[in-house]
Amino acid sequence: MANLRELTKKDELLCGGHRACAGCAAPIIVRQALKAVDTPVVVGCATGCLEVTTTIYPFTSWRVPFIHNAFENSAATVSGVEAAYRALKKKGKITRDIQFIAFGGDGGTYDIGFQSLSGAMERGHDMVYICYDNEAYMNTGIQRSSATPKGASTTTSPAGKVIPGKVQFRKDLTAVMAAHKIPYVAQAVPSYWNDFITKVQKALAVEGPAFINVLAPCRLGWQFDPAETIDIMRGAAETCFWPLYEVEKGVWKVTHKPREKKPVRGWLEKQGRFRHLFRPENEHIIEEIQADIDRNWEALLARSGAA
Amino acid sequence: MSKRVAITGNEAVAQAMRQINPDVVAAYPITPQTEIVQIFSSFVADGDVDTEFVTVESEHSAMSATIGASAAGARAMTATSSQGLALMWEVLYVAAGLRLPIVAPVVNRALSAPINIHCDHSDTMGARDSGWVQLYSENAQEAYDNLIQAVRIAEHADVQLPIMVTMDGFIVSHGMENAELLDDEVVRGFIGQRTPKHWLLDVDSPATFGALDFADWYFEHRRQLADAQTYVKGVVLEVAKEFAKISGRDYDLFEAYRLDDADFAVVVLNSAAGTAKAVVDDLRKQGVKAGLLKIRLFRPFPHEEMVAALAGKKAIAVLDRADGLSTMGGPVFVDVRSAMYDAPGPKMVNYIYGLGGRDVDTEQIAGVYWDLARIAETGKITSPVTYLGVRE
Amino acid sequence: MSANAKAKEKGWKDVPIGGLILEAGSSEKYETGDWRTYRPVWDQDKCKHCMICWIYCPDSCILVREGKMIGIDYEHCKGCGICAHECPAKCIDMRLETELQAEGAAAGAGAGSASGATSGGEAGGK
Repeated sequence: MANLRELTKKDELLCGGHRACAGCAAPIIVRQALKAVDTPVVVGCATGCLEVTTTIYPFTSWRVPFIHNAFENSAATVSGVEAAYRALKKKGKITRDIQFIAFGGDGGTYDIGFQSLSGAMERGHDMVYICYDNEAYMNTGIQRSSATPKGASTTTSPAGKVIPGKVQFRKDLTAVMAAHKIPYVAQAVPSYWNDFITKVQKALAVEGPAFINVLAPCRLGWQFDPAETIDIMRGAAETCFWPLYEVEKGVWKVTHKPREKKPVRGWLEKQGRFRHLFRPENEHIIEEIQADIDRNWEALLARSGAA
Repeated sequence: MSKRVAITGNEAVAQAMRQINPDVVAAYPITPQTEIVQIFSSFVADGDVDTEFVTVESEHSAMSATIGASAAGARAMTATSSQGLALMWEVLYVAAGLRLPIVAPVVNRALSAPINIHCDHSDTMGARDSGWVQLYSENAQEAYDNLIQAVRIAEHADVQLPIMVTMDGFIVSHGMENAELLDDEVVRGFIGQRTPKHWLLDVDSPATFGALDFADWYFEHRRQLADAQTYVKGVVLEVAKEFAKISGRDYDLFEAYRLDDADFAVVVLNSAAGTAKAVVDDLRKQGVKAGLLKIRLFRPFPHEEMVAALAGKKAIAVLDRADGLSTMGGPVFVDVRSAMYDAPGPKMVNYIYGLGGRDVDTEQIAGVYWDLARIAETGKITSPVTYLGVRE
Repeated sequence: MSANAKAKEKGWKDVPIGGLILEAGSSEKYETGDWRTYRPVWDQDKCKHCMICWIYCPDSCILVREGKMIGIDYEHCKGCGICAHECPAKCIDMRLETELQAEGAAAGAGAGSASGATSGGEAGGK
């Protein structure tokens, strides 16, 4: 359980002057995640919005050691860093305890970087992988990814005359990572900062790999007022579009059960990427999305023994 | 005490890696490199090395993890072949761009398609412009010696570049030869400790590795990379000199075999040089002034020294075990010919040979020398690029 | 001269190899405050110092000392409006920069330029 005033006393490890869009969720996620750290931390990051906006030479927003290698290898790169740490510690060249966090967007995590992530998790490196999932390739201009939800219009799944946005449902990566049987897996949003920071603390505390999937609304790609970033994330949790839960040593637990599960319709309505779904001929897609959410939520509750 | 052993190229390379005792090795098996990974794994399992061995799920991750480890401050190695090196292609450039002194043995194997597990140089030739230093090795002894020297070259303050040390797949990697291995302590004394100036795990001086350059900085950083290449030659020679003291074996940028007074020169890399040397000896007995230049340092290309060694020859043939597919010859030919452009001009021709493990024999190489003699006599080149040993 | 322009006076021999950035947190020297259309104006009297704006700010712009908010870093604030939207006490107003600047000019105080000024406290800080 984190206390906000206490957290303000910790160093700000991501500073201003980065060039993320106004209202971007990614730096909020990073700031909160780094507030969970008590020891020195080394950060790795996949190519993507977070990396390009925070490390434009000669400026870096990172006050911690930071490495970017390429798009698909954030997890592999940090696994090498972590292996080096173990080797150098064994030889007495490093004496302090260091934590490792790898960041990646949904492109670098769900798609092109999935193999690297899966391998690093299976090998058991002591690192926390945090995906900031903005549900499309935002850095290259809003192309669909396997994290893009059904119905969303992107530049490669545009809402057209015959195809109404992305046809497929999104990949449930959090569950896929849970299937790796690693010690800790969670899903979070920074709107529930306490829930998220507590999850990062747990993830850091476990020995071995941990994975946290964090929804990261992109005001440009999702098309909403940047002031509403936190609100949109909150809505994702309240509708159970993005339920907040954790899988700790194989035990599934819902960490935030909305008092009243809100219909997804209102949440979709706030985002331009779903605008076309409200045409009469596409209304059925909203129903399909709702049905999918309901099914997943019930399954999650059942898995958590909370049904 | 050094000892003479019967050993394969892969075993010799694995032994060198054991003696180097890297902090981190991240590698993925691929024929014909697999044995290196297997043998090294047994060293790890038996506690013969202190290495953190990262058994990655692909070559891309092998190179990525090696980059992470090297940036972190560790002495880091990987090893690969062919498709594996091709899969690393993207991050090879990152390793060089980040100026990380990674050392990687590469066992030369042909690239698909058609898939083929045998030797040619198309894999490492494809990586020749990545910024990696490339040392080629004729036999197991050279692969072993080059690998040990590579650590010193890569980590030299003026260089700070990754190095690949190549040897021919199967021909050398699996062929049993006599070689002399140095004493463990001698190797460890020779390579010393890695002392990076800036390292990621230095948490008290947090640095950002792999930042984004726009057009205002990319050129400057690439210019630095080009500058580093100019120091490689000197460092290679300096390290060779020191290595001679512990091994009694002399190394240079290339080996000039009976080249000084030769009229006809063949330029070749790796194991075919052994075959060619036998041909040179034979031709010399017949009164033909044949000579050989075997390139050791191919990247950066020691053009000045090579021009000095080849100037005044009557005719030169460059043997490429990779095709450039440019219709103007293989990659070694293109470089050698370009280097020789300003030299008083011997006639130059190219032979593409040995693709996909096709044997090259003494008769074929002797034929190359006879071609050179004919070219010198007539002044005419009928075929600038010849495919040697292919069925017509 | 801006930090960016100053850096560009350097040639390839003058910078660390490998594209390394050795100065942690150097982006503080890069101002993003001039991206702003709306400026968050903080009413100190209404503020409950709950730190909600601080935990949600994407640009690390809520200045806090000893558990209390002391101002907003206008050098880096991009004016996203998250702080105003999330503030439970409604003590942050988003005001048009152009209007505030016109008011500032009219008052002749020179305060409230698009960037560089800090509301209620010192610039920078952690």
